[in-house]
Amino acid sequence: MISATTAGLVLAGVLFTLGLISMLIRRNIIFMLVSVEIMLNAAGLAFIVAASKWGQPEGQVMFMFILAMAAAEVSVGLALILQLYHQLKTLDSDEASRMRG
Amino acid sequence: MGIAFYIAAAVAVLSTIMVITRFNIMHALLYFIVSLLSVAVVFYLYGAPFMAALELIIYAGAIMVLIIFFVMMLNLGSQTAGEERSWMTPGVWIGPSVLCLVLLGELVYLMLQPGDLSGDVRVVDPKEVGKSLFGPYILAVELAGMLLMAGIVGAYHLGRQKKKIVHRFLQNAES
Repeated sequence: MISATTAGLVLAGVLFTLGLISMLIRRNIIFMLVSVEIMLNAAGLAFIVAASKWGQPEGQVMFMFILAMAAAEVSVGLALILQLYHQLKTLDSDEASRMRG
Repeated sequence: MGIAFYIAAAVAVLSTIMVITRFNIMHALLYFIVSLLSVAVVFYLYGAPFMAALELIIYAGAIMVLIIFFVMMLNLGSQTAGEERSWMTPGVWIGPSVLCLVLLGELVYLMLQPGDLSGDVRVVDPKEVGKSLFGPYILAVELAGMLLMAGIVGAYHLGRQKKKIVHRFLQNAES
C-alpha cells in the first residue's frame, strides 16, 4: 500500500502526461488549449497534495494563483483563437505557422 | 489511501483519456468537465474542501462554460443542425453520465462516513489559507489582480472586430 502523497503525486503525473501527449498529437487549436488546461489542473493537484503532506497553507495559496492564471490565460487565448479563425478560416494550428503581413 | 481515492483517480484518468481521444470538441469538453469533478473529489479527500469548491466554481463553472460558449459561437462548419441532432444521441451523453453517477455515489458514501481521511493526510483550514493569502502573500494577490486586469484588456483588444484597413497602393496591387 503506497502512501497518500505518493498516490496523489502519481495521479498528478499521469494527468500531466496525458495533457502533454494531447498537446503534442493534436493540431486543433481549441484542443491544444484544453490540454494546457489539463496540465495546469494536474500541477494544481500536485500543489494540493503537497499542502496536505506538510500541513501548510502555501500549497493551496499557490493553487488559487494557478486558478487566476488559468482564467486570464483562457480569456486571452480564446480571443487569439477568434482572431486566427477569422483570418485563416480554420482551426488547424499548422496554418498559422507562417506569418504574412 | 482508501478506496474512495482510487475510484476518483480512475474516473479522472479515464475521462482525461476520453478527452484526448475524442474528435468532436463538445464531447471532449463534456468528458473534461467530468475529469474536473473527479479532481475536485480528490481535493476533498486531501483535506482541501474549499479548493474543491473553487475548482468546481471557477474551472468547471466559469472556464469550461466560457470555452463551450466560444465553440458554439464559432459555429464550426455548415452542417451544425445535423451535428446538433447527432449530439443528442445516447452514445454521446451516456459515458459522462455514468462517470458522473460513479462520482455521485462516491459523494454520498463520503457524506455518510465523515472522517474517512487516511492517517497521513492533514486538513488545512480555509481560515489558515486566508490568513496566509492576505498576510505574507498580499503582494502576490495584487499581482494576480493585475494579471486579471491585463487579461481583460488583452481579451477586449484581441476580440474586437477590427475594420480592415488596406493601403490604397496595396489594394491596387492585390486587385
